[in-house]
Amino acid sequence: MPLPTKDILGILADNLNQRKSVLPMSAAKTTRWAKGLDLPKGGKTILYTGHMYQLIPVIDAMAGQMSKLEDSPITKMMGLGRLGNKFINMTFFMGLLASKADQQDYDRMLRNIALLLKKANVEFGYLYGEELYSGALVYDEGIDGSFAKHAQRVCDLLKKHGVTKVITVDPHTTHTLRTAYPQFVKGFDIEVKSYLEVLAESDIEPTQQLSDALTLHDSCLYARQEGVVDQPRKLLGKAGVTMNEPELCGKNTHCCGGPLESLFPSESHRIAGNRIEQLKEAGDNITTMCPICLVGLRKAAKGSVKVNDISDTLAKVYGV
Amino acid sequence: MPKVSSKLAAAVKCSDEFNAAACMHCGICTAVCPMGYEILPRKLFRYVQVGLEDKVKENIPNIYSCLLCGMCSENCPAEVNIPENVRFLRKYINENEFNLS
Repeated sequence: MPLPTKDILGILADNLNQRKSVLPMSAAKTTRWAKGLDLPKGGKTILYTGHMYQLIPVIDAMAGQMSKLEDSPITKMMGLGRLGNKFINMTFFMGLLASKADQQDYDRMLRNIALLLKKANVEFGYLYGEELYSGALVYDEGIDGSFAKHAQRVCDLLKKHGVTKVITVDPHTTHTLRTAYPQFVKGFDIEVKSYLEVLAESDIEPTQQLSDALTLHDSCLYARQEGVVDQPRKLLGKAGVTMNEPELCGKNTHCCGGPLESLFPSESHRIAGNRIEQLKEAGDNITTMCPICLVGLRKAAKGSVKVNDISDTLAKVYGV
Repeated sequence: MPKVSSKLAAAVKCSDEFNAAACMHCGICTAVCPMGYEILPRKLFRYVQVGLEDKVKENIPNIYSCLLCGMCSENCPAEVNIPENVRFLRKYINENEFNLS
């Protein structure tokens, strides 16, 4: 029996409406990565994480539980789960299952990004505990009423802080803020750029050359919707990295399967398995630029090849 | 006997979001879709265009299985915005079947 689409979407929408995130997390967990970096609060230009990297260890723990429910009669109880979740934040308990090592891993990637921007002399602040999730998943699932309200909430928050430019760290937040928000929020005029675009436009110079050959897995949203294809290649190329491109790359990249994880976990894993095989044909050192691609492809690789986030590679070659 | 839904047909007609009028049914979208389902997306859009709501409802799992990866629209010779059409269908089902908005 497949997971019940209606009830799962209902829980996601209820959480966004009531708790301002599809998977609400404490501010302590969403801001932990910034500890010791002395980032100013707010500012005209801010780094906006959209909580995506921080959410991955929770999503991963939750997906493990959901996979067990797929084909189980317990799925019939999901309607009751939705009712209970209105009163008690049940996803909070899923968060407790998140691995500590994974949390440290994803926090490090965010720190890499902030340090790279500092190295490139970009002045930026951070909203700390006030920052909100972007609403990306609710937008994708077509729950437009909830999404529109949330987009307005995020826009009001940015305006309150006088933000005119947002630097994003992942393709989903980039796409939601840059392409979806202007369709839902009247007069949304905040500039949105991915950190990869900002770094590629800067004069940041590598501190070491890397002789490794990497296989880059392009994110669907970055490549096809947001025009982010050349920037990561430019940044890696400056450090002497050679690219072993898979047959499906750039604008013709193949999805990692991640978008199906919450509703159809086994199908999501099938697509990730197909993609990792394509990437393995090109090379054994795979680099992603989206935390959702990273977690899915790492699991599909089962340790047979290295799968790393591009922020780790960039941090190494640009000396941060 | 297939039933044509005037409600779905009207929703599609009034929408700026669903537009598959330029589709020439070449089938490239289905051929390149990573999911490999016969229904996605060409056949599904055909059902929508002719207002076969029952057929659309039968395929609710397929509609939510779309990755929105955009491989189809990238290769569509008629430049149909396929992921946006799928989002429109989800919105229609959310509002009319799942009581979600």
